[in-house]
Amino acid sequence: MELLVASAIGIMTAGGLYLVLRLRTFPVILGMSLLTYAVNVFLFASGRLTIGAPPILRDGVEIYTDPLPQALVLTAIVISFGMTAVVVMISLGAFLGSDDDHVDDLLEEEVTSAEGTP
Amino acid sequence: MSLFFIVALPFLGALLPGLMNGAGRAACAGVTFTVSLAAFLGLMTNLPSVLAGEVVMARVDWMPVLGLNFTLMLDGLGFFFAMLILGIGLLIIAYARHYLARGDNMGEFFTYLLLFQGAMVGIVLSDNILLLLVFWELTSLSSFLLIGYWKHLPEGRQGARMALTVTGMGGLAMIGGMLILGQIVGSYDLSVILQNRELIQADPMYVPALILILLGCFTKSAQFPFHFWLPHAMAAPTPVSAYLHSATMVKAGIFLMARMWPVLSGTPEWFVIVTSAGLITMVLGALIAIFKHDLKALLAFSTVSHLGLITMLLGTGTAFGAMAAVFHILNHATFKAALFMSAGIVDHETHTRDIRRLGGLRTLMPITFGIVTIAALSMAGIPFLNGFLSKEMMLEETTHTTLFGIWWLVPALATFGSLLSAAYCFRLIGHTFLGPVRDNYPSKPHDPGFGLWGPPAFLVVLVVVIGVAPFLAEPFVKLVTASLLGGEAEVPKAYFKIWHGLVPALFMSVAAVVGGLLLMGVFKPLLRVWESTPRPEAKVIFEGLIEAAAALARRFIHTLHNGAFTRYAMIGSVAIIALGLHAWSTGTVGAPTRDPQSASVVAIAGWAMLVAATGGLVVMHRNRLLSLILIGIVGLMVSIGFVFLSAPDLAMTQFTVEVVTIILLLLALNFLPNRTPIESTVLRRVRDAGVAVAGGLATFALAYHYLLRDAVSTPISEFHLANSYKGGGGTNVVNVILVDFRGFDTYGEIIVLGIAALLIYALTETLLSGPVRARLLNRLPDQPRAGDMHPMMMVVLTRVIMPVVLMVGFYIFLRGHNEPGGGFIAGLIVSIAVVMQYMASGFAWTSSRLRYPYHGVIGAGVLIAGFTGIGSWFVGKPFLTSDFTYVRIPPFEKFELATAALFDLGVFLAVVGAVMLSLESFSRLAHRAQDKDSEHPMDIDPSRDDPPEDQPKPVTEGV
Repeated sequence: MELLVASAIGIMTAGGLYLVLRLRTFPVILGMSLLTYAVNVFLFASGRLTIGAPPILRDGVEIYTDPLPQALVLTAIVISFGMTAVVVMISLGAFLGSDDDHVDDLLEEEVTSAEGTP
Repeated sequence: MSLFFIVALPFLGALLPGLMNGAGRAACAGVTFTVSLAAFLGLMTNLPSVLAGEVVMARVDWMPVLGLNFTLMLDGLGFFFAMLILGIGLLIIAYARHYLARGDNMGEFFTYLLLFQGAMVGIVLSDNILLLLVFWELTSLSSFLLIGYWKHLPEGRQGARMALTVTGMGGLAMIGGMLILGQIVGSYDLSVILQNRELIQADPMYVPALILILLGCFTKSAQFPFHFWLPHAMAAPTPVSAYLHSATMVKAGIFLMARMWPVLSGTPEWFVIVTSAGLITMVLGALIAIFKHDLKALLAFSTVSHLGLITMLLGTGTAFGAMAAVFHILNHATFKAALFMSAGIVDHETHTRDIRRLGGLRTLMPITFGIVTIAALSMAGIPFLNGFLSKEMMLEETTHTTLFGIWWLVPALATFGSLLSAAYCFRLIGHTFLGPVRDNYPSKPHDPGFGLWGPPAFLVVLVVVIGVAPFLAEPFVKLVTASLLGGEAEVPKAYFKIWHGLVPALFMSVAAVVGGLLLMGVFKPLLRVWESTPRPEAKVIFEGLIEAAAALARRFIHTLHNGAFTRYAMIGSVAIIALGLHAWSTGTVGAPTRDPQSASVVAIAGWAMLVAATGGLVVMHRNRLLSLILIGIVGLMVSIGFVFLSAPDLAMTQFTVEVVTIILLLLALNFLPNRTPIESTVLRRVRDAGVAVAGGLATFALAYHYLLRDAVSTPISEFHLANSYKGGGGTNVVNVILVDFRGFDTYGEIIVLGIAALLIYALTETLLSGPVRARLLNRLPDQPRAGDMHPMMMVVLTRVIMPVVLMVGFYIFLRGHNEPGGGFIAGLIVSIAVVMQYMASGFAWTSSRLRYPYHGVIGAGVLIAGFTGIGSWFVGKPFLTSDFTYVRIPPFEKFELATAALFDLGVFLAVVGAVMLSLESFSRLAHRAQDKDSEHPMDIDPSRDDPPEDQPKPVTEGV
């Protein structure tokens, strides 16, 4: 089980990193979402893995999973929605304003050569 | 009066002139004068204690842990300077009332002036060196405002900038020096520091501290090589020049050297640095002053020269030198302020300050002539005027001072400096007032009213009184000297008198005056020589340095910050991976303490789906719609993973957030291109993949090691589990943590969420009000539109589902305290219910039926949560303390009422508002000009007889 979760975190991180390094905004946003999953799962896993023991108090039940990482990750998930929405809005605004969804600024020589070509 | 009031009065009073601006100029100046007078009288009430040799203290602990306390101290030295600042301040205010033109904003001027006055008084009364630094910086800032008061003059702005740059940098150096000093002594209280001379001078950090502190003093007091800013600051209105640049601010550096004299002076380093800087400044300033044609520039350089003189006297490190310095500070303040004000009068009446265009004013402006003559002769060192006495003492001191082993060096240079000083004084009198009356003054000169000449005349009376009867000033000067010396040396016995006999100083004095007269005799040829010799222009050098520094900073920034975000991401990722690798290879890893748990087939299947979706996403990310579906699968698998791993709340949150995120991205994709073109080279993709794999492996290794080991110490979660029901009244520990244990965190988070939504709204507004708007309106869809954009089935279904979803949301919200659920999840569920209406019937139709603006919903949420928290104040508990009770209303079972539920309601509303505002903003962008807003919920409605006119034709191409 641990191996599965750890490898899932690793794979999502790798995928996220690769996409974050792309040149257009949309894949970068997707990459950030993937990284968000990875980070959230990682934070959640800091409470270690427990199966079938949710932190809902019941009479006679002694074993519960660690509730604190869950509370922290819960807000992190909601906040990451806000963050994604802002980033999407910014990239959208940039695209609508310049008809270009590149992540990087054009270097100066590229700008001049682009202006030079009809 | 308490020292706090004396310091606080100018600051508080600074509010008044601006308010009184409308009440007329006299009221404005009057209120300023009253404030200053109150502070001055307050200071005077402390005179008896000071005369008795006591040190008046006032103390309030501010940040005791940092050693920063609001401690004030009034001794002889502080009293002396505070008296100069407030006393001359009064004269300046009276003078400025008549000096400022009708067009000048008087309230603004006096506000700045009082701020400056307060800061200056703060410096001289501070007992804590950190507090002193705060006031020190305040004088730099307020003098910046005063110098640049005439904002329309480029010289004023440049001069203000230069003064701020130079004194500000000096201030930075001084902060360093003071901190070192505090570290050496172990206290930042001046009274403690002053007792530790041996400790400080024996410390290896003494020299760095000394140099840094002196940098601050020299820049403030315009000592060579930082003297150049002062003449440029003369672009200020004359009252400012008279106040800041003769009597007060430039004396701040001198004050600090005097203040630190008991602990810093007496070492060879102090002697060499301070004496030579003072000597050079004195001679250089005097030399330049002779050849300045601008009255104020001449006075500025003469001030530089006299400040050098005082610095040199402090540098000698003897008690007699210190006494001469104190006496000269007093004398210089009187005659120089009078001279500046007189220069202002000449400027005011003749409309020029150029000496070459003046001359012959003797008969036209007799009162001004009298004032200037007395003050200038005092400055030149003519007997029966106060300047003579202190200059005599200075020359006397130099005959005992040997610098660099050459006995004649200091006396000779001092005499030469005095000679030059006498020369420019004679020039000031001769070329401005003597000579033939001209007929081409820019304005017809005459003496001004009493308001302008009264203040300098008062100072000139002091000049004469002290000059004739020095024994009147003697006890006071000795008292100040005693407090300056701080018990490190005896106050000299020497009496202040005009005739000391045929001492060397007398001959030097005579030589200086005669030499000065002779020099004036050959002024014209000398001026030709001076003007033909090339000299370094300080302003050019300064501007060159600034320009070079700016260019360097630009190069540096452009190299590092070139706009290539991908590069930043790459550098950041590689750096983090490398740091992790370093920690990994240098640290130790303990043995596993947990046994791996076996994975069921279901878990493996879920994992396989997640991995497949992630892999597919990376490989097929160029197809954007497909990649959205794939990332949806990843999110779904993560949610299911949460269910599996005992986190029902997380699963519900993740699942609902997933829905709104995908909708959001779909809305965005509506505008963005559908495919990502191939742009990067294969090499680049391989490189990126390498970094990604390395990062993935690193997180995998970290997570795997982490999961197989227990926490080093017991997690705090035990506390939460134990107290959730007892203290928070809920059995769902996650929810109790959110709304109770860590409620403040949650409160912050809903605010952040609200801000994010408002930001999105604001960005949308900006886009829609800019040039993008037209493009959006005329945008042609890049995909064929569906013939039935608001299909009946979907409309009917969402209407039917709406109450059900709302009820589910309500249920989830209510049970949140004890079962999985709560405000966050309920908020997301309700948002989805509303979003479905938008999707089914379109933006216009839905938003016209929603009565609550989403901003208001966010605000209401934050307010409800905040007031719930504040409510606990009324029962004397800290913010957000929760309480709960159980009630029973007959037909129902016993149920719980908790304030936490109210807080959760705030969370719920904030989440609904934020999610809806974000999505709504995106939808507003999609509105196009050719879309007619339909008043019907669906496009095809069998119950409707008339088919709507604007119904789009079914698109056939591509079928």
